[in-house]
Amino acid sequence: MLDLRKYNSLGEALRAALETWPDEVCLIEADRDRETARYTYRQFKEAALPLARALQDAGFREGSRAAIIMTNQSKWLISAYAIFSCGGVLVPLDYKLTPDEQLKLLKHSHAEFLIVEHHLWRAITKAAEFSDLGVRVVIVTEAPAGADLAGAKRWEEFRDAGEPVFVARQRKDPACIVYSSGTGGRPKGCVLTHENYLEQCMAVTPIFPFWPGARYLSIIPTNHAIDFMGGFIMPFTGGGTVVHLRTLRPEFIRDAFVRYKITYMAVVPLILKSLQRGLLERFEALPPLKHRLLKTMIAANRAFTRRRPNPRLSRALLKDVHQAFGGALQALLVGGAFTEPALIEFFHGLGIPIYNGYGCTEACTAIAVNDLKPFRADTVGKPVRGMAIRILDPGDEGIGEVAVRSKTVMSGYLDDPEMTAETIVDGWLMTGDLGRVDDAGHLQLFGRKKNMIVTEEGKNIYPEDIENTFEGLRAREFCVFAANYLWPARTMAGEQLVLVIRSDSGQPVADSLSANVADRNRRLPNYKRISGYVTWDFDFPRTAAMKIKRIELAAQIRERLTRDAVVPL
Amino acid sequence: MTLDTTTDEILQLAAQHFKVPRAQLRPDDDFFKTLGINSLQALDLLTRIEQHFHIELPDYELQGVTDFRTLAERIQSRL
Repeated sequence: MLDLRKYNSLGEALRAALETWPDEVCLIEADRDRETARYTYRQFKEAALPLARALQDAGFREGSRAAIIMTNQSKWLISAYAIFSCGGVLVPLDYKLTPDEQLKLLKHSHAEFLIVEHHLWRAITKAAEFSDLGVRVVIVTEAPAGADLAGAKRWEEFRDAGEPVFVARQRKDPACIVYSSGTGGRPKGCVLTHENYLEQCMAVTPIFPFWPGARYLSIIPTNHAIDFMGGFIMPFTGGGTVVHLRTLRPEFIRDAFVRYKITYMAVVPLILKSLQRGLLERFEALPPLKHRLLKTMIAANRAFTRRRPNPRLSRALLKDVHQAFGGALQALLVGGAFTEPALIEFFHGLGIPIYNGYGCTEACTAIAVNDLKPFRADTVGKPVRGMAIRILDPGDEGIGEVAVRSKTVMSGYLDDPEMTAETIVDGWLMTGDLGRVDDAGHLQLFGRKKNMIVTEEGKNIYPEDIENTFEGLRAREFCVFAANYLWPARTMAGEQLVLVIRSDSGQPVADSLSANVADRNRRLPNYKRISGYVTWDFDFPRTAAMKIKRIELAAQIRERLTRDAVVPL
Repeated sequence: MTLDTTTDEILQLAAQHFKVPRAQLRPDDDFFKTLGINSLQALDLLTRIEQHFHIELPDYELQGVTDFRTLAERIQSRL
């Protein structure tokens, strides 16, 4: 690993990596079972520098902002390095957002440059608002030969652009603006500095070290803080390899494990469940005798590895299972959302090390990671190096809001000092999550103080972001809440959203209104949908500016209604 | 092949793959809700459709699609 204390910026650290391991493979890209690209660190540099020069020729200056909207692939990282080496600020946007949502965040970020995949470019440029944005230069990847790019540049046209001037940045300078929410409501653009990333990398690599030959399978979108760190900064500063798989089909994920002998993969609970389902199907297809033998081996492995993992022993006891994961897997890191302990236990029983973690974009990814010393499925582990945790206003059982302080905490939300001041108080980041630290120093989570949910796909959904879907509903007024915010539950599992409809006094919600709610709900991506609605017979409390007083309304609803009042959709 | 035929075949494939009666599925159904599946299971269905129609569809073809009819339109445009 590089000694990151020596560097002031991501650009400097990545540049050092390219010089240190020129002949090692840094990137492999596969589409299903076909390998589509492979780069050594030298080839990566040769691809990135002309792009950086082209950006500079087009007016890119120190501090210029450039957005990337791409699926997981080599050009994502090549583009990011080009931006950093020009001293730029990267705005990684989620390719899974709708074009309208992407436009909103592009506008908010004031990105002047955009690097985007062709099919995503086609979708986003259909919106009339695109031309009103301040994006001056658009570079399109994967554009078919002969495609009319309407003034946008083609990625390939910069191959001979020459050498750029490397632009140094300081540790406190912004490196990225990462949106943790705000596609519908108030954008939360986390301004993360070079120091945030360098410190986070140093905090996490003692647990997940990289070396030339170590391979990380990247399937979580790279715009996500977890993949940006685990699938870019960490492997590159250790001379490792990132394998991009351009599909999320479970059969090709399984295939990639074996084909590329993967060392690490970060997953969200949804993917972990899918891997579990695949394994269970295989187990059930075994002849009865083999099935019984497998169960015995799992029990033996569980008994021998209760205190700490023993990969060699587990691979010997459960050879077939481990071979299905390529035989070189060191860890599956699960994060981004609450993971049920039973799911973690399942993989632990097979001797597949699962590192359950907890973090947030505002803290530049990881806050705590379970280091398996010993294995515990009921916590999210101990704070990572340099991370201080406080539990605010703990109750009788020691549960309170989790606040953290670290050099990894963002400098603030872009252009929103008010929200920044509410979120970072005296240097402590208020996570909005409820937890306690047990006697062993492990953090346990028990729900949220804030009005939001996190899905199994690791997506943060804020009610305000989806309310515009219900604009025009024939109700006097309405509001969306996280169900667990209205009726606190000591869990982060199965979180749902509910719509509160203010009906005319005493009138139940008509069938036509209910059907309209269901219809509008369907227009939302499946992970953003409300699960039901409740009828409310009183005027919503509002501020002088007519904004809903959500805290007060939630308290009123909590007092008069129970969870049973929710009509499922 | 008409769009109606394609839609019908997709409904048949979905019924077989997720073991639900074909009669329960309608073209305008939200397949996430009707089949009770998540986004990864929807990709499983896409693989099954590819095998049936002998085509290859990038994952992104499913982005923003929630009902069988729209899915059929996407398939139809590649046949």
